[in-house]
Amino acid sequence: MGDRPVDIRLSDFDEVDTGFSFEEAVEEASKCLQCKKPGCVDGCPVNIDIPAFIQFIADGNPVAAATSIREQNLLPAICGRVCPQETQCEALCILGKKESPIRIGQLERFAADQEMMHGLTLPIMKKRTGKRIAVVGSGPAGIVAAGELAKEGHEVVMFESLHAPGGVLTYGIPSFRLPKDVVKAEIDLILGMGVQLKLNHLAGRSVPITDLLKFDAVLLGTGAGLPSLLGIPGENLSGVYSANEFLTRVNLMHADRFPDYDTPVAKLTRVVVVGGGNVAMDAARTARRMGAGVTLVYRRREEDFPARAAEVHHAREEGVGFIPCANPMEILGEKTVTGIKCVRMRMCQLDGSGRPVPEPISGDEFTIECEVVISAIGQSPNPVLVREIEGIERGRAGNVITGEDGRTSHPKIFAAGDVTTGAATVIMAMGGAKQAARSICDMLSGLK
Amino acid sequence: MYNIEKSRKIAENVFEIWVNAPHVARNARAGQFLIIRVDEKGERIPLTISGISGELVRIIFMAVGKTTHSLADIPEGESISDVAGPLGQPSEIKSYGTCVLVGGGVGIASTPYIASALKEAGNKVIGVLGARSADFLILEDEMEKICDRLYIATDDGTKGHHGFAADLLKQLINSEHIDAVWIIGPTIMMKVTSQATREKGIKTFVSLNPVMVDGTGMCGSCRCSVDGKTQFACVDGPEFDAHKVDFDQLMQRQRYYGDQEKEALSLWQSHKCNCGGGN
Repeated sequence: MGDRPVDIRLSDFDEVDTGFSFEEAVEEASKCLQCKKPGCVDGCPVNIDIPAFIQFIADGNPVAAATSIREQNLLPAICGRVCPQETQCEALCILGKKESPIRIGQLERFAADQEMMHGLTLPIMKKRTGKRIAVVGSGPAGIVAAGELAKEGHEVVMFESLHAPGGVLTYGIPSFRLPKDVVKAEIDLILGMGVQLKLNHLAGRSVPITDLLKFDAVLLGTGAGLPSLLGIPGENLSGVYSANEFLTRVNLMHADRFPDYDTPVAKLTRVVVVGGGNVAMDAARTARRMGAGVTLVYRRREEDFPARAAEVHHAREEGVGFIPCANPMEILGEKTVTGIKCVRMRMCQLDGSGRPVPEPISGDEFTIECEVVISAIGQSPNPVLVREIEGIERGRAGNVITGEDGRTSHPKIFAAGDVTTGAATVIMAMGGAKQAARSICDMLSGLK
Repeated sequence: MYNIEKSRKIAENVFEIWVNAPHVARNARAGQFLIIRVDEKGERIPLTISGISGELVRIIFMAVGKTTHSLADIPEGESISDVAGPLGQPSEIKSYGTCVLVGGGVGIASTPYIASALKEAGNKVIGVLGARSADFLILEDEMEKICDRLYIATDDGTKGHHGFAADLLKQLINSEHIDAVWIIGPTIMMKVTSQATREKGIKTFVSLNPVMVDGTGMCGSCRCSVDGKTQFACVDGPEFDAHKVDFDQLMQRQRYYGDQEKEALSLWQSHKCNCGGGN
């Protein structure tokens, strides 16, 4: 296993991490202590029975392992790749206290990939209930809720505004981190369970809210698609992209293969990415693959990058230059971008999240010459649908307010994922979606 | 897949198609747009909804780039991959009194739908259509039927007033009371024409057509400055107060992919000969 060599992976968009071989997986799985009280399970937002599936792999039966994972997690091949295991299950592995924890994410991915090679099998479906549920959005929250609800025998219609399902899994996360055939296979399984997918349907527009409310229940999984803007002069110059736009052009529309595909993207020579999260790393690494020299500017220190350590490591290996403790002040250019003016930041007292508050050092400014600026400073919930639903309570960031059970202030409407939390992880969205699906089932069966 | 039920050329290089898209047709309102993608390798382009009939949606467009040229080439009965919509905010339809709808070039495509809605809301509607020459003029008969009065201008004088639609608009606002104006056409035409109503403070809408990708507020490609604030044309627009739009910035952003658009078009034209090369 391991990462493909840098020079090769920069020439394509194939997956960087090649994953475990059969032997490696069995060897890793055999190290598991099979704890009576497994910490790893507590660390998992969807409570996968981790020791059980690891035992199946140790026994040389990865397909059984995958079947076991699927009882709790309908998207194991995706989660094995993009979950931050190092802060979840693996952080609580007892072996990690002395040496390194069991590589649970890699094992999950291995089991799921093995299963995929054998062909995925549908889970056992309950008898039809005759209840109809509308799921809005086909990203992580929507897919998981749709799958869980279909399994319970409900009729599910899933609305997606784009021409392809998957939400951020499709338009956002690049294929070198999450191959698109993996996303497709796991979504196809959900569709195989009888979920109807309506593409090109923007809920609230193509489907009026009154029509949505004719369903027995509605689940909102509309995500955090609204890009935050830098709010500095020059932001609307040509050549300034939100990470959402840049990644959508490449991942969804294949602008990297223009003119074979019709969607263009700027000629990338010198690119500055603003931000330090996973999306910033994705944008920077994508630009590197398209031949650009890439500098990443982040207002705090390198140790404060919100991105996963592995992504930062990959980005550095791939030649992304980091300038931490710097914040953009102005994007320069007459018509198109010619550079970005930044100011150095000093780190002050810690804030509520334990990170230092950055403050500009007056006069300590510098300019980076570039033709493209990609801003990856966060996303908030897309307001298009939710702001039009009467009687739904929203927070200050535009997020839909729910209880832990996924219920909103509207009796028929439930919500899960980034639309409730603001931009978070795939697995958090899935955990929320499972909970909301359970609440919908409870409501429909008259329990609550 | 979405079937093209009717397709025809209605003026020099301008085409009208009716595409079967019930989810759009049932829910569309005047002023909204849709996004189409011709095939699996296609780009997503926004086009104004210029009419509805049952489950069919009408779009009228000029063949300028690869996507619009190939869309014009699709025979009736064949289909395109994607039609998403309706998108954007509908026109602000209410009872204003007397309204003027100014359409320039292919921008005239938007006017009958909005004119009908304004009529239904009880307005007196005056149409002003401008085109390069008589050969490029579209939807005259249709607008004639809807509007209380209709004026035509052509740049070369081959029909109606010899000059710009803006000239006619100026005459109108100087000779009678006008309550609201819509100006829809090429960006430069909207910029220039909207000057006519600025001084008198007449409420004026323009419909912006920036580069879009998703059309749902996710990417920000279509952002424009309106009253100094950044707005997303796809979800906050496409119609905005004409007197507050930064047209120069919009035109700059519209031109950004010019080189690539030319490259894609010439590649497409060189492969159009059915020689079996390319696609």
